[in-house]
Amino acid sequence: METTVTQLQMIPLVYYIIFCTALFTIGVVGVLVKRNALAIFMSVELMLNSANLLLAAFSAYRNDSSGQVFVFFIMVVAAAEIAIGLALLVVVYRSSRTIDINILNRLKW
Amino acid sequence: MFQVYLFLFLSCVALFSAIMVLLSKKPIHSVLYLTLTFFALAGHYILLNAQFLAVVHVIVYAGAIMVLFLFTVMLLNLNKEGQFSKTTLVKIIAVVAGGLLFVVLIGSLKSFDLATVSNPAVSQIGLVKNLGKTLFSQYLLPFELSSILFLSAMVGAVMLGKKDKE
Repeated sequence: METTVTQLQMIPLVYYIIFCTALFTIGVVGVLVKRNALAIFMSVELMLNSANLLLAAFSAYRNDSSGQVFVFFIMVVAAAEIAIGLALLVVVYRSSRTIDINILNRLKW
Repeated sequence: MFQVYLFLFLSCVALFSAIMVLLSKKPIHSVLYLTLTFFALAGHYILLNAQFLAVVHVIVYAGAIMVLFLFTVMLLNLNKEGQFSKTTLVKIIAVVAGGLLFVVLIGSLKSFDLATVSNPAVSQIGLVKNLGKTLFSQYLLPFELSSILFLSAMVGAVMLGKKDKE
């Protein structure tokens, strides 16, 4: 890998890409496998975090601080999303006594 | 060399606990493994010299989101084993599909030139001072809009959470 800076034992960027892709894949598999709505939320968080880490890695390696600002905004949106999502989950549980997504299919067709 | 070993260690911890999030039967164990994943990712941010992001990550995820998850698990009394399970066929199909996604994403790297222009160990962009300058000059409008987003999320959560009077 060609680098213009002094080689100061840096981790190759491709390691970050492989790691984040693996984490993202685990999140995708979690969304596909799980039936518990809470577990699906956790898998979505895993995917968001892998995207965040990759953005931060690219921004650090390209010396561009915009990427890290975007990571900050994604964290803000994720926090709001989780607050609303869990509130919705509690409401759904109150009305139907379950958070199994296979039972919550009244909007499906 | 030390940094590479640290990277590999943190990656192994993160991947292991991410897999355990999916494998553990009790939701509360899943939440705790998710916390471990988040701490490993905070270590990754420190390794990238993005200290501000590391601190924000720990505060937001380990501090706020995990508490929300734990409260929900305990309030809804979900901590029972074997409540939800899909058939083995669906699980195998999901894992194969996920593996194919992984292979496609990694395979697309071959036609991609990863030029790096700076070493994260010496770059200063992740420090609070430099990030704050960017955030409050170039991205001031999105920052203010995100506060409105937070306000609406707060109002929405309170509205959804209150008991409806019948």
